[in-house]
Amino acid sequence: MLIKRASDIRSSEITDRKLYLNRREFIQAATGTAAAAAVGVLGSEALVQAAQPAPHGRKLENVKKSPLSLDENVEKPNKWEDITTYNNYYEFGTDKDSPSRFARSLKPEPWTVTVDGECTKKAAWHLEDILKGQTLEERIYRHRCVEAWSMIIPWVGFPLADFIKRCEPTSKAKYIEFTTLLDSKQMPGVRSPVLRWPYVEGLRMDEAMHPLTILVVGLYGEVLPNQDGAPLRLAVPWKYGFKHIKSIVKIKFMEKAPLNTWQESAPSEYGFYANVNPTVDHPRWTQASERRIGEFFRRKTLMFNGYGEQVASLYSGMDLKRNY
Amino acid sequence: MLKPLVFVAALGPLAWLIWAALTGNLSANPLSDLTNETGVWTLRFVCITLAITPLRRLTGWNAAIRFRRMTGLFAFFYGTLHFLTYVIADRFAGLDFPDGIIAWSTVRNLVKSVGEDIYKRPFITVGFTAWTSMVPLALTSTAGMIRRLGGRRWNQLHRLVYLTGMLGVVHYWWLVKADVRRPITYGLVVGALLAFRVYWTRAHAVRPTATRAPAARA
Repeated sequence: MLIKRASDIRSSEITDRKLYLNRREFIQAATGTAAAAAVGVLGSEALVQAAQPAPHGRKLENVKKSPLSLDENVEKPNKWEDITTYNNYYEFGTDKDSPSRFARSLKPEPWTVTVDGECTKKAAWHLEDILKGQTLEERIYRHRCVEAWSMIIPWVGFPLADFIKRCEPTSKAKYIEFTTLLDSKQMPGVRSPVLRWPYVEGLRMDEAMHPLTILVVGLYGEVLPNQDGAPLRLAVPWKYGFKHIKSIVKIKFMEKAPLNTWQESAPSEYGFYANVNPTVDHPRWTQASERRIGEFFRRKTLMFNGYGEQVASLYSGMDLKRNY
Repeated sequence: MLKPLVFVAALGPLAWLIWAALTGNLSANPLSDLTNETGVWTLRFVCITLAITPLRRLTGWNAAIRFRRMTGLFAFFYGTLHFLTYVIADRFAGLDFPDGIIAWSTVRNLVKSVGEDIYKRPFITVGFTAWTSMVPLALTSTAGMIRRLGGRRWNQLHRLVYLTGMLGVVHYWWLVKADVRRPITYGLVVGALLAFRVYWTRAHAVRPTATRAPAARA
């Protein structure tokens, strides 16, 4: 007897790999949205599922130590688990663990940053070109959220000033405006009008050129996890966390100060400068102290988050109670 | 039969919180989670308590009244935990301890710190008022107190819970930064439960009509 084994799957039925991957992404995005909706209704996010720390990413090479880093023996960096499960990134939802749960739908590669406004090198920059020839440094910084919690974070990045110089801003460039990606397919949170999207932040030119101000591409020596603003975010350690704009797609040099998203949302609570200042309270809570994540007793908040020696001169003569 | 079951279920959130705190299943900021969760559960139990009368009216399931004292006391219980978490994690943890932790100055400074916060910050003022409004209700929840006050006066006093619900929602609303969807949801629930009472009272008010009222007296 001839046993004929028919091929039970015709080649036309075999799903193309690309399609199959797309479907997987679709399912991921769909479950993400459904979970986000369920969480929104229930309100007890932690009851639904615990947050997952980010998977470890590619190791970044040739990362130099920086004299501008904190001494990690004095200010011990927070754990990877803390930094990647507890933060605000409203594009993925408004709970602290939303970014860690929904940011996997973000695609940080390929990435382009559009440079525009008062500069000569207006162009769409590929991230690789921005990083080409750029020395990466580890910068262990204090990170102080406007909600009065704080962490020590070992960022990896490079001075924003380096990139600004390559863009050749004109003499009219007094401010920089940064814009976060806006894509509802990658970011389930932007379907709710909680803030006006896209997220926008700004710095004065001298703040942007300050050696402490960095563009971040990594964390703990590894590629920056999605939930922390991959692939390119800002760190300005003497300012509240909301100034540290994430997943930057546009940099624009401007003559006038841009209107940052939180200032637009609640101008009496969030200003343009947002310098960490223990003497100016948020209208609804104190800024005099903070909870360092992982500690019970609250710490006294330091003026300019402890970076006063380096940055106080930027604001000499300014009334910081009015320019909060 | 059902009552012990409801009692155990109402302790569920607390049991879960303790378990999660001990096993590291809360977020990187567990003290903030404990404060938030006990607060939200307070509001939920206030809503459940406020829902019992509409439920009875609409379904005729009058036996539901049996659970009202229990759910009300659980609202007070979670509210008290919420207040204590705030006092310990927010106020006590932020104190200076010039004479060490175990000292009179610690007690004085803590009372001062809580008092100043309640006075200075409207959302704390409102939250504290909401909790305070539950105290007389909890104290007069026994059968003996109902008898002493008399049903009518007891009922009047316990309408304070309407205020508790409204203040609880405002407290939550003022706390969030931009995303007011959850406070709005609770606002709608409390609003609907209170509106139902207004509607029901109007619809079932005894209207003394010219023909009936004297006849009834006669």
